Amino acid sequence: MSDAPILEVRNVSRSYRKGGFFGGTHFKAVDEVSFTLPAKPQVFSIVGESGSGKTTLARMVLRLVEPSEGDIRLLGRPLTGKEGRINDLEFRRLVQPIFQNPFEAFSAYLPIEDYLRRTALNLRVAKTVEEANQLADRALRSVNLSLERIRGKYIRQFSGGELQRISVARALIPQPKLIVADEPVSMVDASLRMSIVNLFRTIVEEQGVSFIYITHDLSTAYYLSDQVAIMNRGRVVESGVPTDILDNPTEAYTRELMAAIPTVGERWSELEDIGRTYPTHSSRQQTGSNQPPANA
Amino acid sequence: MISIDNVTVGYGTVGFITAVDQVSLTIGDNEIVGIAGESGSGKSTLMRAIYGDFSTGLGIKSGTIAGRFTDAASDQTIEKPSSQFRDLWWDQISYIPQGSMSVLNPLMKIEQQVVDGLPKRERGGSRKDLRARIAKFLAGFGLEENVLDAYPHQLSGGMRQRVLVAIAAFVNPRLILADEPTTALDVVVQKKILLMMVEIQRRLQNTLVLVSHDLGVHYQITDRLVIMYKGKIVEAGRTADIFANPQHDYTRNLIASLPRLHGQRAVDRVGAGA
Repeated sequence: MSDAPILEVRNVSRSYRKGGFFGGTHFKAVDEVSFTLPAKPQVFSIVGESGSGKTTLARMVLRLVEPSEGDIRLLGRPLTGKEGRINDLEFRRLVQPIFQNPFEAFSAYLPIEDYLRRTALNLRVAKTVEEANQLADRALRSVNLSLERIRGKYIRQFSGGELQRISVARALIPQPKLIVADEPVSMVDASLRMSIVNLFRTIVEEQGVSFIYITHDLSTAYYLSDQVAIMNRGRVVESGVPTDILDNPTEAYTRELMAAIPTVGERWSELEDIGRTYPTHSSRQQTGSNQPPANA
Repeated sequence: MISIDNVTVGYGTVGFITAVDQVSLTIGDNEIVGIAGESGSGKSTLMRAIYGDFSTGLGIKSGTIAGRFTDAASDQTIEKPSSQFRDLWWDQISYIPQGSMSVLNPLMKIEQQVVDGLPKRERGGSRKDLRARIAKFLAGFGLEENVLDAYPHQLSGGMRQRVLVAIAAFVNPRLILADEPTTALDVVVQKKILLMMVEIQRRLQNTLVLVSHDLGVHYQITDRLVIMYKGKIVEAGRTADIFANPQHDYTRNLIASLPRLHGQRAVDRVGAGA
């Protein structure tokens, strides 16, 4: 059992109907994607731009969206279908999400400690409030916070970075096997971003939790992950060990993506040629300085 | 072009909350100036104060922001404080906001929105001529004429933002202010728009002020850089110098925390697991 891969995604597709009250066309948001997360805990990154299908893929792994085709197995057991499907409670103990905007992930009307307690009680990993408190405190300590520090506070009293650490803690409460994090740091300030990314790595090593890290940011994926898959238009165009892919990208799309990242250290070569041609319109002359308008 | 002298700016709806604290800065002609900082650093507030948009409780408590422009028609020099910049909007000064969806009117076709924003001097001829001029101008940026007939929701985010940038340049302004113009966009589209903005600045030889939290963006396109932290300017200078030799601890941290596409990885740091 323990040798079963954490997750197997096999030829999974998801299509949506697009346009037209009658008829219309089908559009494949995810197109025959396969990948495997082995038993050994690790970070698997899915990198893509808007519309690449990365979030739809994440939502299928989280069982929020049903695949149109293909199947997904968690620890060797099917996520979907009728036979041997993992029940909801067990599934939520095994797989937990972290979303982009922590301010939308938590209720604004509950003290945050209440929310964490309820998570423990709802998932039935704690039977009493005492136990729930202990679990919440332990989870918070693994993200360098504690129950004491957040006591009585509501979400708006935290910074984005702190609150995202609390959502990591929330996800850790049932001691899951897999965390699916969809753009978890894209709303966090740059100086805190790396501390959260490093936190993921520590959780992988110390608590044996695997991560699926969904992002548009190739550079954090490179920094964090053991494996990376690059998606474009619903398909995985390239996947493997990040150092291999980024040192030697074989796909044109990967190269385009890399060339577009505003990295520090090397300026875009295109900048040199800019400014030779420029569209004009008749109202003012294109000398660069202000001229009287022709129609004045 | 713009002189900011020891200015304190904040919001006066309930009491007074200081967002920009005793800041001085000179913005010259023909340069791209970047303002960097994280959430709450005051960078957007400073930008709005430069733009002179005091409509939502924003106010200058002390100090001055003043501008100097050359009027196109009369060739006279206009000098005024930013509180009176309103007359110069979409004439001498253009503004490119972040959320192109929330700025464009969803019920109006792009053409009408472009025309509405133009100063009087641009609207002299017939509507047909004007449309032709706008279409020709957009074509120079690879935008087709049919975007003018589209409603905002029919265009992608990147396309809308390119239209906004093009409109901002159409009036040949001396100063373009851009507040996080590419933040919500994919990197490939972002690069396209940033290159477009550089092109506009080089041709018009005007001033572009760019607010962004992304130091990589500043590294790529700005000439001078201002780093803000908690309402203050902690460091300002030539962009290349700041990256080569950051003086302030905060700047050093920011630069060090930038992830790179090669080099050290978390896996190396923690020791690659068992």
